Amino acid sequence: MWSWVLHRITGVAIFFFLLVHVLDTSLVRITPEGYNAVINTYKTPILGLGELALVAAIGFHALNGIRIILIDFWSVGTRHQKLLFWIVIALWIVLLAGFAPRQIINIIAEMS
Amino acid sequence: MTTIDAPRSPHTPATATRKVNWEKWGWIYMRASGILLVVLIFGHLFVNLFLGTGVRAIDFAFVAGKWASPFWKVWDVAMLWLALIHGGNGMRTVINDYAHGRGRTVLLVLVAASVIGLIVLGTLVLTTFDPCPAGAPGNLVPSFCPVNSK
Repeated sequence: MWSWVLHRITGVAIFFFLLVHVLDTSLVRITPEGYNAVINTYKTPILGLGELALVAAIGFHALNGIRIILIDFWSVGTRHQKLLFWIVIALWIVLLAGFAPRQIINIIAEMS
Repeated sequence: MTTIDAPRSPHTPATATRKVNWEKWGWIYMRASGILLVVLIFGHLFVNLFLGTGVRAIDFAFVAGKWASPFWKVWDVAMLWLALIHGGNGMRTVINDYAHGRGRTVLLVLVAASVIGLIVLGTLVLTTFDPCPAGAPGNLVPSFCPVNSK
């Protein structure tokens, strides 16, 4: 059940980010100055942590999505769904262990 | 009176219709686009947030430099269409689970309008993008722009 709840919550959150992200990127068609002003807000510490949360949400949704596909199409997927869930969590932790230090270094470097 | 077939009864012409089964194709689309989006979005995040100085490197010149290559233009157009339709269909599923009556219709229309509007906007931005807009200062545009070759 928790994989289902998390898949929904992360999915809805990613959808709303996507709406904003297409709009902010569309500013490149108006002026370079306008785009740079908005994209600079993505480099602030608060939105830097927001990007970390975004990558965490996308990482879970992607890995659990692969798990759903395996349960649907792999003959023994349903039998191993619980093990697959823990593999999703393990890979998700590895993904964040790779990205979080990089992002935190970038946040601190941008502040100084 | 409507009759309901017994469970596991064969797929006979009585139950089969010639209509397109949109729910089935939606189900297949979520899985097919999902696999493509894993590649497209992780590639996007890796190049824009991980390589070099990550988000700190992103500005107009960064985007213009990427879109100078047809490879990234095709990448981003594919990501735009696949992700918005995937997200819109996911929102449809969630709305159908929790909303009823008129509120449900309003929410579904809002999601559909957002998805269609942003696909049109994003596709126009990508296909009509000018990396060297007239009058833009040289330090804000890519090095290959004429303003930087004097």
